[in-house]
This record gives sequence, structure tokens and C-alpha cells, in this order.
Amino acid sequence: MTIAVRPPDPKKLIKGATGDWEVVVGMEVHAQVTSKAKLFSGASTEFGGEPNSHVSFVDAAMPGMLPVINAECVAQAVRTGLGLRAEINKRSVFDRKNYFYPDLPQGYQISQYKQPIVGEGEVIVDLSDGTSFTVGIERLHLEQDAGKSLHDQHATMSFVDLNRSGVALMEIVSRPDLRSAEEARAYLTKLRTILRYLGTCDGNMEEGSLRADVNVSVRRPGDPLGTRCEIKNVNSIRFVGQAVEVEARRQIGVLEDGGTIEQETRLFDPGRGETRPMRSKEEAHDYRYFPDPDLLPLEFTDAWVEALQGALPELPDAKKARFVADYGLSPYDAGVLVAERVSADYFEAVAKGRDAKAAANWVINELFGRLNKDGKALDESPISAAQLGGLIDLVADGTISGKIAKDLFEILWTEGGDPRQVVEARGLRQVTDTGAIEKTIDEVIAANPDKVEQAKAKPTLMGWFVGQVMKASGGKANPQAVNDILKRKLGLE
Amino acid sequence: MTDLTQHTIAELRDGFARRDFSAVEVAEAYTRAIEAAKVLNAYIVATPELALDQAKASDARLAKGEAGPLEGIPLGIKDLFCTRGVHSQAASHILDGFKPPYESTVTSQLWRDGAVMLGKLNMDEFAMGSSNETSFYGPVANPWRADGSNQALVPGGSSGGSAAAVAGMLCAAATATDTGGSIRQPAAFTGTVGIKPTYGRCSRWGIVAFASSLDQAGPIARTVRDAAIMLKSMSGNDPKDTTSADLPVPDFEAAIGRGVKGLRIGIPKEYRVDGMPGEIDNLWEEGKAWLRDAGATLVDISLPHTRYALPAYYIVAPAEASSNLARYDGVRYGLRVPGNDVIAMYENTRAAGFGREVKRRIMIGTYVLSAGYYDAYYLRAQKVRTLIKRDFETVFAEGVDAILTPATPSAAFEVGAMATASPIEMYLNDIFTVTVNMAGLPGIAVPAGKDRRGLPLGLQLIGRPFDEETLFAAGQVIENAAGRFTPERWW
Repeated sequence: MTIAVRPPDPKKLIKGATGDWEVVVGMEVHAQVTSKAKLFSGASTEFGGEPNSHVSFVDAAMPGMLPVINAECVAQAVRTGLGLRAEINKRSVFDRKNYFYPDLPQGYQISQYKQPIVGEGEVIVDLSDGTSFTVGIERLHLEQDAGKSLHDQHATMSFVDLNRSGVALMEIVSRPDLRSAEEARAYLTKLRTILRYLGTCDGNMEEGSLRADVNVSVRRPGDPLGTRCEIKNVNSIRFVGQAVEVEARRQIGVLEDGGTIEQETRLFDPGRGETRPMRSKEEAHDYRYFPDPDLLPLEFTDAWVEALQGALPELPDAKKARFVADYGLSPYDAGVLVAERVSADYFEAVAKGRDAKAAANWVINELFGRLNKDGKALDESPISAAQLGGLIDLVADGTISGKIAKDLFEILWTEGGDPRQVVEARGLRQVTDTGAIEKTIDEVIAANPDKVEQAKAKPTLMGWFVGQVMKASGGKANPQAVNDILKRKLGLE
Repeated sequence: MTDLTQHTIAELRDGFARRDFSAVEVAEAYTRAIEAAKVLNAYIVATPELALDQAKASDARLAKGEAGPLEGIPLGIKDLFCTRGVHSQAASHILDGFKPPYESTVTSQLWRDGAVMLGKLNMDEFAMGSSNETSFYGPVANPWRADGSNQALVPGGSSGGSAAAVAGMLCAAATATDTGGSIRQPAAFTGTVGIKPTYGRCSRWGIVAFASSLDQAGPIARTVRDAAIMLKSMSGNDPKDTTSADLPVPDFEAAIGRGVKGLRIGIPKEYRVDGMPGEIDNLWEEGKAWLRDAGATLVDISLPHTRYALPAYYIVAPAEASSNLARYDGVRYGLRVPGNDVIAMYENTRAAGFGREVKRRIMIGTYVLSAGYYDAYYLRAQKVRTLIKRDFETVFAEGVDAILTPATPSAAFEVGAMATASPIEMYLNDIFTVTVNMAGLPGIAVPAGKDRRGLPLGLQLIGRPFDEETLFAAGQVIENAAGRFTPERWW
């Protein structure tokens, strides 16, 4: 295995009692393939059905049943490989991984061992400080999911639900290229984004569509890799970060106390904020992999791969670069917008024919902020891209002020409506008639002679006058006009 | 009226067409014959009511002139085939009570073509055996006995019930399966015709798996023609089995009369094994003479890796079996022997449910796939397999049309004769047949003579991939010369 060498970054090192440590993380991500049917049977993959309601004779491993590969799952794996800029293996082999478990009806899992469908690729990961780095992908292979054992349904018995049995998973194996909890989170976030763009995995971690096995080791900066522990089945991005954090701390503690790290599988307990061993080495499985004789090697042509390539959507990296180049957005704003395909699409609908920076500000600051506050997803937004665009148009042509625009946003959010009609109906139109503004200013000046005097010595009081005038106008006065006239009248020019 | 069970499929077909007898009459004749032959233990389960219903339906179709290719033909089905709602337990204790809610592709094609099911046939447990002595339901007796002897003989295996039922007139023909010789060896031991078609010719869907890369279904019948009629109905591409071949199914019966004129028949020197009885050698010589007299050219050929075939087979087949049989865990169907926890339940169930030979092969298979042994055993055996395949490809490329060999190294042996022998001695029964499975080729066993005790012996013809037609043509030449072999009824 080749290991990409990243020089230790002092900022990412962990302070121990005896000096600095570097954490090294690699991940095996299990992504459920978006498909109607399972990998080797026609049973439905729908989530949440009655237990054992999506089970074919193949999934239940009835005698004499044979697997038949689902071509769509293969296409999804290839699309994902292309999205990860990876080598596509036109010939791959399915193997049997043999072990006994009640939720594994066949007594083996069909997986790909020595010849996976996708080889080496890469993911570019962006961090919040604006830097990016590349994570190597070692391989991606297709395999079957197992069923689910339910231990809490009966006092003395366990139940088995085979609905998931045979559902297609992609196992995406990264190189140990991650150096902090933040990097681990960012990698999984980016991988999830790519999968969701491609439509090859819905990325729904709560339903188990995306799970990560996180390999963590620590070492002194510059030393060879330490012994790793594998933290199994971490099911949220936040938990991935926490698991890396606490596991690194645990390992540093052991090493600094003069102990050694045992290679083992561990489980992260978010409640206690700790990892603990799952099974010991003595129980280590010998999976007796061998090529599945029920399935021919998987083979396809260049033309088929090219057709899939041609139909791929624009991916987040390309979209981000385009947003920066074409819309003049900051890389940070562009990154926020492309994190989800729907938000990028929403932004582009708003920005079309308008000032892109204004559109980005409205989408990111106002809309996302409001969605966040209400705990809503973008597709549940009460304000459509067309409405938000209309609002921005009203600001741009001077019909309403920025402040009124925020009020209008709130009205659209709670009551809906066409922005221009709402403005007309509620009389929110900005006052640009300088005569009317002058009249209001004169009234304010007349009512506050002392403040006028003070302002001459302390020009910052100007802001107070602006506020009074705006208040008196019900917020509808054109702020620029108010400023200009006030300056003149107060003799501050 | 003659005994209706004496007719071949071809004769029944003609008789139905002439209204000489009805499908119901034929089915009832077989039902009585089965009832009277319990001592042979060929059937695990007879299905007379089902047979009668199907025969009535056949008679209705015959009356309307809508007869299928196997209309009204009563068949026995090896217990390895899943048949809807009927005992399908691979002659194993571990599948106790299993009646599948589905029908195997091969049997569904037989019913589609009008055949009638008489019941499920005994076999070696999970098709592992060469004498039908590993069945949970007890051994099958060969309808043949040595001249002047009352000693029970084995019918061969694993399709021993199929071969015994066909030889004993307990069905017009039977389905069977062949992983290392399980059709051809019992056919040779019972004076019947058995063909293992090319791997991929018949769908494996719904057949309990033994070794997936070697298993093939095929018929055992009384004549070469009957075998051809049966194979046509059993064959064909099946989208549910991705290893089944997407090729048209030829009219095998039409190939029967072709003869062997101008064909080059290979005689492999490696098949003359040490300690082979002289009468097997004589039989082989006789077979060569018949084919030469019919116009074929005999060619001496070499298949140099033949001697590695048996050891390689006994690595590959158990390896696949160890994995294929993992599903019999007591969780979802069949036998369950309780335990304190799930592991104990697995252990108790599998300990009680599998017989000795099955356990032996699971252990061999588990061993050869284990970390540290995989390369030395499984991987090496796969390489040997490639070399065996190449041996055949070479001789076929040199213009050989088919290969003639003995089918077995001996005639049927006595029940219990191998009880104290090492398993290897039993495995030697497959010495002429396993290469064919390893190379995925078609092979037919045709009765060709008797040994000095009056027991039938067979010859084997091996063909090019998907060229079963040449095997039927050459097989018919042997049948014409050797005649047919029918046991004296003693039961």
C-alpha cells in the first residue's frame, strides 16, 4: 500500500503529556446504492417496510436460489467511481465472504475482494479555513448488506428482519490521508455531497444509508504509522469527529503510560463519549473468501462507461469553480452553495439575470439562516427562488429599501404572495421624493435643537438622526437620500 | 396387454398418439410398480394423486390434439430438485419437512411439456456419494444382481434412485444431476443411459446446490433416444441462472440417426488406469470396434493432466459445498435442534442434520479455503482445472469430435462393501467422469456390455462444449451394437 505523505501540520497536532502526537485516519464508508431492487434479487429496497416484507427467496437463502446481478447497481457503482475520478475496472469478480450470523441467511456475504469494480481515485476536501487537500481513494466495491437482528422484541429470543438483506452497498475505502477530526468530518461531508450529486446514494445517515468504519492511529510527527483501531459503524458526521477525537486521546493515553495499542475493532458510544472494544482477536474471523461460482465475472465495455460518463451531472468541485469564475463569488460562499445540489440549483435560479453577489447573500444569509432557525430543509422553504428573485429585483430598482426588504422577506415567509403585489398592497414602497424626505428631516431637526448642536462637534450623531428620520417615515425613506439631505442640513458636508 | 411400464418414452408417445392406452392407465401402471418395488427404496416419496391429476390433464390435451413433447410421460424426480409443495430435501435430515413454495426451472419445463410426476427419488445426501449409501433415507438397491446371487448391489450415486427407478421400470425416465459423475456412474451401474450436458445447458435454478461451478442437471433414461427427448425439455437459457447459456436448444432427437461416419473419435491413453479390470479394457476395445465399423476414425490422444483431476475435484467441489451448505443453519427452514445460544443451535442442528460424508466434505472444503491454505489447495486446484480444460481444447482443436472412455472402473459393488474402505477408494469411482465436470463438457454413459457376473457396464463419450448432438449420434451407434440391458425382476 502506498501512503501519500503529508508533512505534519503543527496546527493539527495533539498535545500529549510527553509531547505532540499526530492522528492518522482512514475511512471505509458503506454507502447504500440508490436502486429500486436489491443487488442480486428483485425485492424492493424501500426503507421502513414491515419486517420481512421485502424479502425474496434469494434474500432468504432458500435452497436452490441463485443471485442475478442488478445492472442498475453496477451502473451506480461506475457512476460513483467516475465521480471519484477513479479507475473503472471493466472486469471485476464477486467473491463470497463466509461467516455465520443469524441475519446473514446464506452464511456468506457476496462482496468483491481481490478484483473490485472501481480502483484508485481521489476526493478533494475543503476545510472551513478555505484550504483544501486531497484524500486518496483506494477502491470501491459492491457488496450485499446483511439483515438486522432485533434483540429487544422478546424476553428470551432475538428476531431477524431480512428487509435489508441483499441491499446493494458500495464500500468506499480511503487511504489513511486524514490528520484530524475536522478533516475526517470534512471528508465524509464531501463524499456524501458527491454521492448525493451523483444520485448514487441518498446519504441519509439516520436511516443507515451511509455508515463509516473509521480507522484511527496515532504517531509522533514523522514516525511510521502506528497500530490502528477500527471504529465500526459510525452513523453521523458529528460522531465521526467525536470518535476520532476520543479514540486519538485514548491511544495517546495508553502510549504515554507506556502501553501498546492492540489492533482491534471498537464501538463508539456517543452517550459516554468513549470507544470500547467490540470483539477480541481470538474471535477474529477467517472469512474464507473465494470467487462466487454462481456469478460470472462482471464485464462491461468502454462504450458503456463513456455513456455513463457523458450523462453525469456537474459535480461540486466543477460547480464551485464555475460559481467563483462566472458569478464572482468568494470560494467560501461558492462552497456553501454547492454543498447540496438543491441549494446550488436554487441559487442559480435566483441569480439568473440578477446581481449574483446579492443573490448569494440573500440565499446564504437570509434564506439559509431562516431555514435553519425553523429547522426546515431547502425543499420545504416557503419562499421560492422566483419569490426571492422578485424581492431582490425590488431592492435593485429602488422600489424598496434593504431594511424593508427584510420585512418583506418575513411577510413572504409567513404569508406568501407575489413580492411586488405585497409591496403595493402594504404601501412598503420606498419614498424617494426628496421634498417629502426634507419635510420629515426638518421636523426632526426642529424637534431636537440640542442634538443638532452636539452633532456639529460629534459627526457620529448623524446616525442617530438617520434612525429618527427612518422611524418617522416608517422605514420607507430612501436611506441614501436621507443621508445626503441630512448631511447638508446639519452642515456636515 | 403388455406391461405399460416396459415402454420407452418414444413408444409411449406413439402409443398415446394411436390411442393404444391413456396417460392415466400408464400413470396407474407405474404407481402399482412403485408400490411393488419398495424394497429397492428408489423413491423417497411417491406422489400418486399428483400423477393421476397430471395424467388426466394430459389425456385431455391428448384428446384435443394439444400434446406437448412429453405429454403423459411419467417421470421420477431426484430429491435435489425443488418441486412446489412436495418433499425436496436433498435426501438430508437437515431439510426435514421442507416443501418449497417454488418449482425448479428444469422440472417446470418438464411439466410445461406435459410430463407427469411420480415422486421424488432417493439419492446420496446433498448429491455427495457414489453409491447412494449416504442418503438419510437409506441405501437404494440396484435392480441388477450378479448372476445367481441374492446380494444387494449399489446403484451408484449420487443419482442412485434415478438410475434404479429407470432400470427397474419405476418411471419412464428420471431427472438427475452430475457434479463429478453422479449421472453417468449410476447409469453405467444400472444399464441405463445418462447424459450430463455441457455446463450451462440446463438451468440450476431451484436445484439444491452442491458445487455450483460443477453441478449440471441431466436425464437418466432407458435409451439414447429417450435421453435426447428428455434433455430437449430440460435445456434452455434461464435469466434466473446467469451461468446458464444463452444458446438455442437443438433438436437432440434429430441427431440420433446421424451415425458416426467421418467422425474422429479420440482414445485417451491416460484413461487406461492401473488395476483396471480386464473386462473394462475389453469393453473399451469393443466400443472402439463398433464406432470404427460404423465409419468413425479412431485417434490416439493424450489428456496429460487427467491424473490430477480427481484430487483437484476433491478440493474444488468440497470448497464450494462448504459455502453452499452454510445456509442450512436451522434458522429459517428444515431441522432445528435447540441450543443455549445461537451458536449452540447452529452446532446442534448441523451436527444432527448432516451425515458423515457431508460433514467430511464441509470440513475438507472449509480447510482448503482457510487463510494460509487457500493458495496451496484451492488456487492450485483451480489452476489444475484450467490445465484440464486446455487438454480437451487442444484435442478438439486438432479435429477430434468426441472421446471414448470407460464410464467406470468397475461394475456395481455390494451394498456396504465400501463401509470400511477409505473415502478415497469410493472417490476413485469418479476417475473417468470428474474431468468432464472440471472442463464443463458434455458426457454420456451408454450401456455397452456385462461383466463376467452378468452386471452391466457402460462406456462414456465426451463431447465438445454444447455439442451433445454428436454424443447422441455416437451413443446410438453403441446402443445399436450392444443392445439394451434390462434386469431380471426379483422384487
